[in-house]
Amino acid sequence: MKHADEYRDGRLARVLADRIGAEVVGGTGGYHFMEFCGGHTHAISRYGLEDLLPASVRLIHGPGCPVCVLPVARIDSAIRLAERPQVTLCTYGDMMRVPGSRGVSLLRAKAAGADVRMIYSAADAVALARAEPRREVVLFAIGFETTTPPTALAIRLAARLGVKNFSVFCNHVLTPAAIQNILESPDVRELGRVRIDGFIGPAHVSTIIGSAPYAFFAEEFAKPVVIAGFEPLDVLQAILMLIRQVNDGRHEVENQYGRAVRPDGNEHAKRDVAELFELRKSFEWRGLGPVPYSALRLKSAYAEFDAERRFALQDVPAREVPGCQCGAVLRGVKRPTDCKLFGTVCTPETPMGSCMVSSEGACAAHWTYKRFRDPLPLDVGVAAQGTR
Amino acid sequence: MSRPLRRLLDVRCGRVELAHGAGGSAMAQLIAQVFHPALDNQWLRRGNDQAAFDVEPGRMVMTTDGYVISPLFFPGGDIGSLAVHGTVNDIAMGGAVPRYLSASFILEEGFPLADLERVAQSMGAAARAAGVAVVTGDTKVVERGKADGVFICTTGIGVVPPGTDVSVERVRPGDHVLLSGSLGDHGIAVMSCRNDLRFETALQSDSAALHTLVAAMVAAGGAGLHAMRDPTRGGLAATLNEIAQQAGVGVRLREQAIPIKPAVAAACELLGLDPLYVANEGKLVAFVAPESAGAVLAAMRAHPLGGDAALIGEAVADDHRFVQMTTGFGGGRVVDWLAGEQLPRIC
Repeated sequence: MKHADEYRDGRLARVLADRIGAEVVGGTGGYHFMEFCGGHTHAISRYGLEDLLPASVRLIHGPGCPVCVLPVARIDSAIRLAERPQVTLCTYGDMMRVPGSRGVSLLRAKAAGADVRMIYSAADAVALARAEPRREVVLFAIGFETTTPPTALAIRLAARLGVKNFSVFCNHVLTPAAIQNILESPDVRELGRVRIDGFIGPAHVSTIIGSAPYAFFAEEFAKPVVIAGFEPLDVLQAILMLIRQVNDGRHEVENQYGRAVRPDGNEHAKRDVAELFELRKSFEWRGLGPVPYSALRLKSAYAEFDAERRFALQDVPAREVPGCQCGAVLRGVKRPTDCKLFGTVCTPETPMGSCMVSSEGACAAHWTYKRFRDPLPLDVGVAAQGTR
Repeated sequence: MSRPLRRLLDVRCGRVELAHGAGGSAMAQLIAQVFHPALDNQWLRRGNDQAAFDVEPGRMVMTTDGYVISPLFFPGGDIGSLAVHGTVNDIAMGGAVPRYLSASFILEEGFPLADLERVAQSMGAAARAAGVAVVTGDTKVVERGKADGVFICTTGIGVVPPGTDVSVERVRPGDHVLLSGSLGDHGIAVMSCRNDLRFETALQSDSAALHTLVAAMVAAGGAGLHAMRDPTRGGLAATLNEIAQQAGVGVRLREQAIPIKPAVAAACELLGLDPLYVANEGKLVAFVAPESAGAVLAAMRAHPLGGDAALIGEAVADDHRFVQMTTGFGGGRVVDWLAGEQLPRIC
């Protein structure tokens, strides 16, 4: 496959891995890098990249999976919305399986009669609203900076076409705010601070926001950031670049993903988002808790397209499953296997916490691709498989 | 008094009505005009409520399957040919020669008769090509909205030649795992023409009857051919996990040995799917004793439906019964069961 195979060449990977092995310096306590994005987590697990790295390089999986970080209360709100008889709720596929409180997911709500439709793009929801004018079509909009511009375009399209039965339940969140939160939130004291020597910066998100927004915390927290593509060779090269920065004592923003990311990002997309959306003072992240100025909502000029206003939605506080360690896993303080629920009651079929729900979550990626390395007791492994 | 004239069914413009499933003359007319001409054979022609046929020596196998695919017509096939191929293949995976099929149609009120005729014709053509006969059938009609055009259930009977024993409990650690061709063609071809996801591709479904390929493999491998499955829903990943569970072994695959067409790889990349989990309707995976594997692989490659056959891995002793894969990078990963569904109703 052109434009993909070039970045998945096993021979080149081994060359890069050898380089990494040659440049790591002993006696420094190793290199701890966090990949923020679920896309990177997935690539690392899918291609078994950790097998190629020296033991002194540890990768910490961050909270960058949009499905994983959506709090239970917002999922409950979406489910309650979908249960209204006049509402058709449109959602991206992964979101369907995420459990809200009491284990109810959109998939289950659909089975019980709610009108929930899986879509592939935000524009599909507008098309559906036009095709079914008597339904109240709501787009369950989730995601980081990458998915926000399509939502903005869908709203603009609906406005231009005069589609009155379309609205958006906005849950778009912002990457830089979350990274900063990982480094300095008060919870760090409670959960313990994990050592992070540098960040593998987001790929798709950075195509929108550019590389400039990371400059602040590279400087402020003295952490190098290397923006990397989602292909396995991209990730390996970014790790090499981070190691070089650490060895040189540098903390700069470097761009490995130059084929797609420019310093200022995508001006068109940023303009559209700025025109339609404004910052929320605070937004709850699953696993991280409330993070100031970390999410977007529709400006009042577009209130008619805001499902929260149109349906007077109120989030009802909901509890996470007791024992779930997702908060600590998302911050990199704990590994998936440190959680008692992992692989016992919490599996991709019956996810309890956010990290298990999407294939990009740290726990799901570990379960799906790497659990054969864990010394699981035999009966647990077989019992978990027996539930299928 | 002369008998009242009954007008011929308007197959070109007419639609299925509830009366077509009510057991009366409308149903008789539908069967006479649509099903009998398409599926005609000596057993069906006798018109009994059951088909009577002679029993051959050897063990008999029986299987049943329901077909609910959407859309009904897709590149490389339709629900009619699929309902023959799918059931023929389930029979063939036991090393058996397929002989007879039954077909039960559940029709939705309002379904165009022209489409029904097309499905029946396609079913007849597939059955004739495979050398099996649809010997008995049933038709029901449900109200509009209670079905999706047409659902078909087929049951099949086949005969296992004396001396052939192909079954999952014969799988042993050390067996070679052979795959008959490229993965995911059916699933991606079907997805490409679904209403919510149209994209252009030259890909065709691989839907095909595999029993002649199986016969060649049985002839080449003899008792060394331990087990076979066709990786339909859930793809190769689900099939291998099923076999690993049932046989009590682990499986180790080599990613680079698994044939996948560039168009399938590209579509999967775009849609966020893994080809190992995408459905096939004309492929099989076989567990073969190492000493017979070379001969079986050569027989597969010599057959038109096995030209791209490949040795993709081995069965291993593993109490966890994991299916693992060495990636193109030399790293390892688990190839797990699918937790949910990748997309609804692919086969």
